[in-house]
Amino acid sequence: MAITQSEILAVTGNEAVAEAMGQIDPDVVCAYPITPQTEVVQLFAQMVADGKVATEFVTVESEHSAMSAVIGSAAGGARTMTATSSQGFALMWEVLFVAASYRLPVVMTTVNRALSGPINIHCDHSDTMGGRDTGWIQLYGENHQEAYDNCIQGIRIAEHMDVRLPVMHMYDGYVISGAIGPLQMLTKEQVQAFIGPYHAINPMLDSENPVTVGPFDGLHGWYFEHKVAQNRAMDRSLRVIQDVADEYAELSGRQYGLLDPYRLEDAEIAIVVVGSTAGTTRMTVDKLRARGVKAGMVRVRAFRPFPYEDYAKALQHVKVVGVLDRADSFGAQGGPVFLEVRGALYDCDPRPQVLPFIYGLGGRDIYPDNIEQAFAELENAAQSKRRVSSERRYLNLRKD
Amino acid sequence: MTVDKKAGAKKPAPLKKPAARKAPAKKKPTWDISDVDQWGPERHELGATIIEAGNSVYNETGGWRSLVPEIDVEKCDGCMLCFFYCPDASIVVENNKAVGIDLEHCKGCGICAKECPTKAIVMLIDKKD
Repeated sequence: MAITQSEILAVTGNEAVAEAMGQIDPDVVCAYPITPQTEVVQLFAQMVADGKVATEFVTVESEHSAMSAVIGSAAGGARTMTATSSQGFALMWEVLFVAASYRLPVVMTTVNRALSGPINIHCDHSDTMGGRDTGWIQLYGENHQEAYDNCIQGIRIAEHMDVRLPVMHMYDGYVISGAIGPLQMLTKEQVQAFIGPYHAINPMLDSENPVTVGPFDGLHGWYFEHKVAQNRAMDRSLRVIQDVADEYAELSGRQYGLLDPYRLEDAEIAIVVVGSTAGTTRMTVDKLRARGVKAGMVRVRAFRPFPYEDYAKALQHVKVVGVLDRADSFGAQGGPVFLEVRGALYDCDPRPQVLPFIYGLGGRDIYPDNIEQAFAELENAAQSKRRVSSERRYLNLRKD
Repeated sequence: MTVDKKAGAKKPAPLKKPAARKAPAKKKPTWDISDVDQWGPERHELGATIIEAGNSVYNETGGWRSLVPEIDVEKCDGCMLCFFYCPDASIVVENNKAVGIDLEHCKGCGICAKECPTKAIVMLIDKKD
């Protein structure tokens, strides 16, 4: 029973997310502006000033303070949100681990942007890919609609009693954040009914039941047990992410999964990609299919937790998989997504070849031609009798 | 800052000494952590939160001690400095005088002996069994 509003709005990605935050109407938002996320915070601050939300908006002097205030607020017992990008995300670094290990169900929007240096404000995924081991759930959105939808679903995932972990949801800087695209919104009543009231666990502001949050664990040492508990919650979140997506589909008519396969059933070559480039890749797959090439695609939605069994199931019949990374892991065998996908396919028999591609660093454009070129390499590898080199391939790199 | 210098302004009441802290009664913990050393990952509170206020009373830290304070109650003039300075709230006070040490929590740091103006507290080697 899809009861979505039929109206389609033309908005920027940041407007879409600010609207989602307005409909969630969290108790507290602590945030600091940074390009290309600024518009989210600016529009939300306007809603606070106009009395459209009941949120307490805490302005802070840096992202380190933003995340620290978020932790204080969430530990106090408030539904808390924030948003950031790039260097701001990097400045939050040490406190991100604290939010996750205190099991605070915070939701953060992160608009993907390159990390310095050279200083660069454009899109790539190096900021949040670097934060993949902070203990936060990571959902990567493809477009305006998904940025809005992931923001709302993030609340339910984070606050689920089997999970209680912070969630960050991402979308591409500028390509989505600043460009205008279509958005269908739910009503505020629908969103409120979907997310439900907030249930705090052991809140610090419950003076009848005083608690200590963040105690020192150095004497007897249960750190190890707490880390295992955190990882088990991460494992359980796989099912929760899917359940929340299914329930959201009933409400909105838009179905999401842990990963987003496209024309994979009989594919011989396939590309794994994150974010807005999935649209260009899907178009290229269609073009190749029209020529008789058995091409397919998987778009990454949940990167933490990484549903490796689902990737193995989805890709085990493919001969050659190309992984497009919009971030690099210096000195590793390939980009972060490549490493995960290659690991996920290791137990497959026969084992597909997995080739690393790096593209779009610092906002370098990615054209349909570049993706066709990647598919051509995969085709060559599929026809080759021997396994081809697994060195990095760079798409749209200027020639030496 | 303005100061009220009007004649007849009341003198502030003299500071009351705080109620003396007695050695902790061994009440039953509301949060039973007696077998915490055996707890696996699922038994702990989310995020390592401690859900009972003041439960450090159950954490005996006296075993860390190498020196132990000894109080000469005759010399004690009840100034309470030892009580205020003790980082482990281990000074037992009765009738406004230091009369003993909570040896389950005293870590033997010697701050009480250092601060005592009447030299009523001395640190001795803690002879262990």
